[in-house]
Amino acid sequence: MIEVLSQPWPWYVAGPLIGLFVPALLLFSSKKFGISSNLRHICAATIPAKIDYFNYDWKRKGLWGLIFASGVVIGGFIGTILLATPGGNIDLSPATVATLENIGITDFSGLVPKEFISWQGLSTLPGLILIIGGGFLVGFGARYADGCTSGHAISGLSNLQLPSLVAVLGFFAGGLFVTYIILPILF
Amino acid sequence: MSTQTVDQNPNAASAIDDNTPKNLLIYLILGTLFGIVLVKSEVISWFRIQEMFLFDSFHMYGVIGSAVFVGVISIQIIKRFNIRTFSGDPIHIAPKPWNKGTNYWLGGTLFGLGWALLGACPGPIFALIGGGTSVLVVGLLGALVGAWTYGYLKPKLPH
Repeated sequence: MIEVLSQPWPWYVAGPLIGLFVPALLLFSSKKFGISSNLRHICAATIPAKIDYFNYDWKRKGLWGLIFASGVVIGGFIGTILLATPGGNIDLSPATVATLENIGITDFSGLVPKEFISWQGLSTLPGLILIIGGGFLVGFGARYADGCTSGHAISGLSNLQLPSLVAVLGFFAGGLFVTYIILPILF
Repeated sequence: MSTQTVDQNPNAASAIDDNTPKNLLIYLILGTLFGIVLVKSEVISWFRIQEMFLFDSFHMYGVIGSAVFVGVISIQIIKRFNIRTFSGDPIHIAPKPWNKGTNYWLGGTLFGLGWALLGACPGPIFALIGGGTSVLVVGLLGALVGAWTYGYLKPKLPH
């Protein structure tokens, strides 16, 4: 059993499982599946600073999500450590490896490019931009768009919402710009 | 229109107070399962995100596409048959408010820039931290500063 679970899960197993979180949360307590609201809840719980956006009962509205996110941390540990993929490396497309090698990435082991996304990487300019710049934009953008990959791309599209389609097209526009324009300049 | 129209009111009466220990345990278990799927499907990999934006593999499209497929069918069934929650409450899915849509395309694009730079959206950030990529704590702090900055600037931003 463990050997089977430790293999990378193909898209046609993982995707439908992810989709099932939408009805699971709706059926359990009419909750809408989404992660990035937690960024707002954490701000509301720590530094609300009399800002309207952060003044609400975060425990009542957001405690469930914060607990869910804590579970994701635990699941991250279980999946990465206890169900570690034998051999470890990700079976990337050779074309992707070639493109990324071309712009200066050499280490393809693990889940992130360790030259930049690591504690040592924080002392390099590309590392700072990837981690802090990327993090800031993820938080700012997700709240401005009122949802992230889970809230818009999964939940929102599942509910056939036009705003979510617009947001997802935005996600792609931004991502393509980084991959084709920013990264080749950055490294 | 006021900015209220682009924000789901967190104090809405529909927000059921269900923070019982049993319910919170269920959310913890669901979150744990979600984290495991994120890791084992490799969607938390920075390299997989690049592969998606380079259109070199079907993997990410397959994951997101089949997730949405299951989600659409599920929600259609819930709506058609007026299915209620396990505790018997009606299921209400609040629509996203639409003003000019600026927040969706502009916020979405800014999010997309961050997604490709960091290689992780909010769910994967938590899963990566749990899996030992500890520097993502700094990425999470950046995301929190970003969310806070949005809250601070919200009244001045186009929506």
